[in-house]
Amino acid sequence: MSAGSMNRAPLVLLYLNVLIIATCGLVYELLAGTLASYLLGDSVTQFSLVIGLYLSAMGAGAWISRFVADKSLARCFIEVELGVALVGGLSAPLLFAAFSRVDIFGVVLYGFVFAIGSLVGLELPLLMRLLKEHLDFEDLVSRVLAFDYIGALLASLMFPIFLVPRLGLIRTSLLCGLLNAVVGVWGTYLLRPLLNRHGLLSLRIRGALVIGLLLIAFVQAETLTKLSEESALGHAVIHAETTQYQRLVLTRSEQGFRLYLNGHLQFNSMDEYRYHEALVHPALSPIKSPKQILVLGGGDGLAVREILRYPSIESVTLVDIDPGMTTLADRFPPLAELSKASLRDPRVTVINEDAFIWTGRANGPKFDAVVIDFPDPGNFAIGKLYTTRFYRMLRDRLNDGAMISIQCTSPLVAPKSYWCIVSTLEATGYQVRPYHAPVPTFGEWGFILASAGPIPDQLALSKDLTGKSRFLNDEVLNGMFVLPHDLVRVKTDINQLNNQALVHYYDEEWGVWK
Amino acid sequence: MRLSRRELIALMLGAPAVATGCSPPPVVPLHGELFGQSFDIGHRLRDGFRPRPADDQWRDVQVAIVGGGAAGLSAGRALLQGKCDDFVVLELEPVAGGTSRSEKKGDFAYPWGAHYVPVPLADNVPLIRLFTEMGVVESLAADGSPIVAEQYLCRDPEERLFYQGEWIEGLYPATGASVDDHVQLKAFRELIDTFAAWRDSTGRRAFAIPTSLATDDKEIMELDKLSMADWLRYEGFNSARLHWLVDYSCRDDYGLSAETTSAWAGLLYFASRLRAPGADHQPLISWPEGNGRIINHLAEVVGPRLQTGMAVTQLTPVTSDRGDFVEVTCFNTQTQSVTGLRARHVIFAAPQFLAPRLITEFTERTKRKTDEFEYGSWFVANLHLKDRPKQQQGYPLCWDNVMFRSRSLGYVVATHQAGRDYGPTVLTWYYPFTESHTREIREKLLKATWADLADVVLTDLEVPHPQIRQLVERLDIFRWGHAMIRPKPGFIASQQRREARHPDGRIHFANTDLSGVALFEEAFDHGCRAADEVLSMLPQDRV
Ligand SMILES: Cc1cc2nc3c(=O)[nH]c(=O)nc-3n(C[C@H](O)[C@H](O)[C@H](O)COP(=O)(O)OP(=O)(O)OC[C@H]3O[C@@H](n4cnc5c(N)ncnc54)[C@H](O)[C@@H]3O)c2cc1C
Repeated sequence: MSAGSMNRAPLVLLYLNVLIIATCGLVYELLAGTLASYLLGDSVTQFSLVIGLYLSAMGAGAWISRFVADKSLARCFIEVELGVALVGGLSAPLLFAAFSRVDIFGVVLYGFVFAIGSLVGLELPLLMRLLKEHLDFEDLVSRVLAFDYIGALLASLMFPIFLVPRLGLIRTSLLCGLLNAVVGVWGTYLLRPLLNRHGLLSLRIRGALVIGLLLIAFVQAETLTKLSEESALGHAVIHAETTQYQRLVLTRSEQGFRLYLNGHLQFNSMDEYRYHEALVHPALSPIKSPKQILVLGGGDGLAVREILRYPSIESVTLVDIDPGMTTLADRFPPLAELSKASLRDPRVTVINEDAFIWTGRANGPKFDAVVIDFPDPGNFAIGKLYTTRFYRMLRDRLNDGAMISIQCTSPLVAPKSYWCIVSTLEATGYQVRPYHAPVPTFGEWGFILASAGPIPDQLALSKDLTGKSRFLNDEVLNGMFVLPHDLVRVKTDINQLNNQALVHYYDEEWGVWK
Repeated sequence: MRLSRRELIALMLGAPAVATGCSPPPVVPLHGELFGQSFDIGHRLRDGFRPRPADDQWRDVQVAIVGGGAAGLSAGRALLQGKCDDFVVLELEPVAGGTSRSEKKGDFAYPWGAHYVPVPLADNVPLIRLFTEMGVVESLAADGSPIVAEQYLCRDPEERLFYQGEWIEGLYPATGASVDDHVQLKAFRELIDTFAAWRDSTGRRAFAIPTSLATDDKEIMELDKLSMADWLRYEGFNSARLHWLVDYSCRDDYGLSAETTSAWAGLLYFASRLRAPGADHQPLISWPEGNGRIINHLAEVVGPRLQTGMAVTQLTPVTSDRGDFVEVTCFNTQTQSVTGLRARHVIFAAPQFLAPRLITEFTERTKRKTDEFEYGSWFVANLHLKDRPKQQQGYPLCWDNVMFRSRSLGYVVATHQAGRDYGPTVLTWYYPFTESHTREIREKLLKATWADLADVVLTDLEVPHPQIRQLVERLDIFRWGHAMIRPKPGFIASQQRREARHPDGRIHFANTDLSGVALFEEAFDHGCRAADEVLSMLPQDRV
């Protein structure tokens, strides 16, 4: 039998196939580009690399198509569709899964890009050869190309407007896979005259299996923790892992990326500089030439980045319980970019230990300044890091005149929590100066500057920061210590190990906002 | 006869546990050991083991203290403070501490028995002094009540209860409690408050710790005739939840159910820990190794005078022309050698049931018997976990974790007081033999093997922590035979108990069982008192 027995109606349908194939093909390319720039950073490089590789892979596919014999064209086309469905459809979920587990992620990513590109490159030449019998060549080329370009336009419009915001990367990829699989199975009907009986059944069974698999993944994707976090966090989740200590989730949007610990936002790459400048410089600027610095928490390395701006620094000791956190920059290049790979600086020593245990150890080293960047006191294990006991132990880590700065949740949202930390420090004998800074993604944020000795009334930024700070200047620095009316002090209990008053306040106050 | 796994679980955990405990295979692929008091020596003494030291193996000492538990070591410290340093503390076990002993393995220290002491009230001055010496008490408030260093107070979250499939805060099974339940709980607390406020004509409290500070007024002592459960019913309390809470408290403190605990002892638990009516319970002091921390401190104070592995096999009062003294025969359990001490005084800090066995002609001379001193047995297990049980919901892991339906007392987390909240830890699991364990059952249980007992422990803990078997790396069990004095109704007020503390000539008595309740404060109080008795007699000796 020849293709000549196909009537006109299926021919229109075949053009529809071209449209679908073309749309999906471009979506895979966009997906790979987005994923690469999300995960590896440096979007210009990633996008051009992905596009280049993808196009060359398509060329390779087209070239391979020559070796397909005429009699097996139809079967081959359907097999290729099922292949694209599988590799392309599962690309996003598999790449996300691989990111946190595979060391040579780049190789995996570009391997995927090449495989998808070659398969997609096979599609059109095969299809054109199938249709060749029916149309004269010029007609064929112009129509197929027209549908191909329409498909590309459709993809590039739908991808940013509908697919990513509505479905997310994972389900977009699964959806395209499903479409490709449907085209494949559909082909077993449209091209039936060209297929032999025996192979037909096996093709249909395989097609059904692929569709089944992708459907399950699509439905399950909803329940996958990643996606539930995605909908809760509102952005594409690009990395998620549960360490022994906490759940780490990185999300990405056009504006940048965010880190969540146990569902609490730690920073947004857009405005973290405000937070970290406000956290670090008030403690370091009063010190003549700061040399030995202690950072507690702050495993993202962003506070350390600010500290390393002072040329006098000799050593920074960072104590963060979670190695998953302090090595995140190694696995997630955009964070290394943002933190200037601060934790890899030879002056920095990273210690993965509970800061409570580390601080309490006898005869430990002493420091010129301590920057405390613990998560908010949302549970008892963190609450202990804000107790009189902890601050008392910390005194043994201080050189004369040492300054301490502490991040202390929002004084606007959680005034009792904020002032409880102030009172706790005072009860431990520290001089305390509360301050605040607006950080758009956090809101009004609270900090405390504390010292065992006097704290100067006026602060001045070090000359080393001139032209480097994006948020602070001398006026803003001092202005942070002026508290508006809605941040007035409230009376609270003192946070102790045996009452964990702070955790209770925090629960109560943030509970209302959640 | 060995018990089958099913029988053992049924005996220890009750019928419901058999149903849940049948499914998993009994093979427990983990390590551990079964420890116990040196039964050998105990039995040998009972069977008349009376070695005699060779004539050249005698030596003189001013005071010999028999037993290096909390009471004996406290007595030693008190002697030193009274400027008497010529004494020895003879402890039969290789480790001092008795029922307050603890262990250290690798990174972890954990108790084998006692694990906490409530913050003493202002009137317990000697104990406040001890705690000050240890750095536990930092200063005194204006009213003399101690201010305890924060790190030694039990860290919040303190306790939780596994009730109806969920962990809830506190020990009261509040989920689904009716208004009447709450009314009764409140009324119960108010009644306890009236006891806290009660004073006798000389100003003594109804219930105080040490009990030597409390009244002996008839109105209060009468309570000893009732059981705690009877008292609850007598006062009109019928809330099952309240009965559970009280029963749990009795099992926890005395290893007896509320039905067999004297109401006096039951009320002591609740009322003695209130500073004033309406006040919160006194906070608890605890360390990773439990009261083993106090033992270690006392042992350090006593120094080389403490001799472990030394079983006292006989105490014989002697009158001679060189003066009166007591012959103390010691058997070194390591070298098997026998030595003798001629002690001017003896402080007998071992349990009373041993007095007639060790002291020559004790009954004939003192006309005293000790048969009313009854002791309960306990199992204590220490589970070394490679990680903590995962938990999605409910109140988080606390210091003390209790399971409502269990006959065990649940477990205490050894790393809690160290501030270690992640990763490997040690859980100390407690199981008292209450009166429902007849003598026969008790004998059977004491014969159970390590593997069978380990399985019981895991079956019990599997209810709240289904993955516990995957987390445990090592499980050691301590079998305490005569662990705790039982304050059954009538015992506290009994003549036998009240007279037991009186010296037998130059032999003075000090052990917590003299109070009828097993508490560190009592052991300490008796140790101090016995030392005072000795110290007051020393000047006469010199004449
Ligand atoms: C499982 C358990 C949990 C407990 N928990 C608490 C708690 O949390 N808080 C609390 O306050 N109390 C608790 N207790 C009560 C505890 O018994 C007392 O706190 C206290 O340790 C009693 O000390 P003691 O010296 O009076 O007696 P023991 O501890 O019985 O000391 C007697 C010592 O004498 C030794 N001895 C006996 N015979 C001889 C001999 N012939 N020669 C030499 N030495 C001998 C023994 O080996 C022992 O060391 C608990 C008890 C148990 C069993």
